[in-house]
Amino acid sequence: MSVLFVLVPLLLVMILNACCKKTMSIVASWLAGLYFLYQAGICVFWKSVWPINNLILFNFDIDALSLLMMLSIAIVAFSSLCVGLSTITESRKKFNFINLLLISVAGMNGVVMVRDLFSLYVFLEVTAVSSFILIALNKEIKDSLEGSFKYFVMSAIATVLMLSSIALLLMFAGDTSFESVRDAVQGTNNFYAVLAVGLFMGGLFIKGGLIPFHGWLPDAYSSAPAGVSVLLAGIVTKTTGIYTLIRVVSEIFGFNETIKSILLLLGIISIFVGAFAALLQTDFKRMLAYSSISQVGYIVLALGTGTGLGIAGAIFHLFNHSIFKTQLFVNSAAVEKQTGTTEMGRYGGLSNSMPVTGWTSVIAFLSTAGIPPFSGFWSKLIIIVALWTAGYHTYAALAILGSLITLAYFLYMQRRVFFGKSDKNSGIKEASIGLLIPAIILALITIGVGVFFPYLVDTIIVPISSIF
Amino acid sequence: MNIDLLLLTILLACSLWAVLTRSLLMSAIALASVSIILTLLMFRLDAPIAAVFELSVCAGLITVIFVSTISLTKPITRVELKQQTKARIKRYWYLPVIVFALAGLLGFFMVFPEVPSLAALPDLDVKDVLWKLRQTDILGQIVIILAGVFGVVVLLKEKMNHDGE
Repeated sequence: MSVLFVLVPLLLVMILNACCKKTMSIVASWLAGLYFLYQAGICVFWKSVWPINNLILFNFDIDALSLLMMLSIAIVAFSSLCVGLSTITESRKKFNFINLLLISVAGMNGVVMVRDLFSLYVFLEVTAVSSFILIALNKEIKDSLEGSFKYFVMSAIATVLMLSSIALLLMFAGDTSFESVRDAVQGTNNFYAVLAVGLFMGGLFIKGGLIPFHGWLPDAYSSAPAGVSVLLAGIVTKTTGIYTLIRVVSEIFGFNETIKSILLLLGIISIFVGAFAALLQTDFKRMLAYSSISQVGYIVLALGTGTGLGIAGAIFHLFNHSIFKTQLFVNSAAVEKQTGTTEMGRYGGLSNSMPVTGWTSVIAFLSTAGIPPFSGFWSKLIIIVALWTAGYHTYAALAILGSLITLAYFLYMQRRVFFGKSDKNSGIKEASIGLLIPAIILALITIGVGVFFPYLVDTIIVPISSIF
Repeated sequence: MNIDLLLLTILLACSLWAVLTRSLLMSAIALASVSIILTLLMFRLDAPIAAVFELSVCAGLITVIFVSTISLTKPITRVELKQQTKARIKRYWYLPVIVFALAGLLGFFMVFPEVPSLAALPDLDVKDVLWKLRQTDILGQIVIILAGVFGVVVLLKEKMNHDGE
């Protein structure tokens, strides 16, 4: 039944565009919203809905990691839909946005379900193409075309790297399925096999926006329309770059000392450069973009340990990060809509007039900085414990230090935007209900995952770490 | 081998021509030539079906679409052209230097080991490959085409309406 996760959004797009444009543009948002909720529901109750995966059409396969990713995809896409509907005014643009969102979700669902390198590449492209167009949705604004073009060029370079790698791997394995490539690549020291692994990982580093491959990321995030930033930061780069990196490294290429040290080094560089760059930003969305780079650094750092615990920590932080970063981008969309700017210097005291946005933002940033009892605390704890037990004591200490810088720039942001004097912003009201619903849901998830963590260990972390 | 090298050199020249020329029409033609040379290379590499696809779609269909779209546009004036050229040279003068430096480094210092013997590829019919082995990719292709359609709608269609107003 797994193919439904690609087919249903695809069919929805076709139905929406087939006839009665007027009726369809009204029902489009409902259909898309219902589909996202349906996907989230299926992911949560997967075992009781489909005990046996009996209808295997197409080469899709679902394991615990795919399910968790699809759950985040559904949650983030739903938030993005709510934000898009509240911030995009033109009805035709709204309709295009919903269609592209569905296509992007179909692509990401494909990415997390395939077990073949070439199919993986095809679905990565689906997601990338829909993202280029989504970023340029407000094409009247020059920045958005520039952001889209930068992403396009960097993505094309990543594509070339990955395709060349797939070609080399096909030469070795005679097939591109994960198993055959794994059998062919693991344990060899052949120059071309090593080159192929390096090229593929290089492509994924670009897609994931790790430093020093991050050039496109702040521009793409900050120039995209609010709903699209939510989608991009929340899940697109996480799925296309980081999830794929975790899957490919742990299931196909395997860990050796070189791969581990590259991952650890890139992770720690991304944590620090991202965090320091975030400290210097004056634009709300750009600050969040750099913070995203820094948090992705933690995920890669955890992956670099190469242990089951480290990979589980990486995946758990990936899920948590996609939730709280979406939350922060939803809040930034609310602030942008109510004040008309993303410059942090022009805000101040918004918490008085926008209490829900202000407080949900506090929850998200505390979670990002790893303060208990929120979800981010547990995932960072697992990451640091994994680093320590794997013998990387310096990296563990640096990771804790990075967390302090995270706290610093978020406190600075919170003080400039939500707390402080409010004389500049009298007359500003709380954001509309469409922006508050996702903010509240995401905040509840952040708190819920943190508080019910002992229960989640058995249902999420253990099954996922047992895959590897 | 020598013919392949010659073809690859022409391929490189044509691709450079496609990105460097000022005229969109010339650029489209250069791109078509790239596809044609790629087709020849694919024939020489014993991939006739891929070659036919490349020739019909990339060299044929896409060029037709490009040329018909370009015929609807308005070329820029000479003065603008000069300004753009100057600005571009000023901005990107270092790119060719980097490319040549890298090529030199690769040529002089990197010793590529022998390419290992290929793994045995299954000897299958095209339709078997497409419909049995690569079923998932076809689904992905359909989604990509849909995304492309929306790209055209979002980026081009509304612009035409603006021009018409």
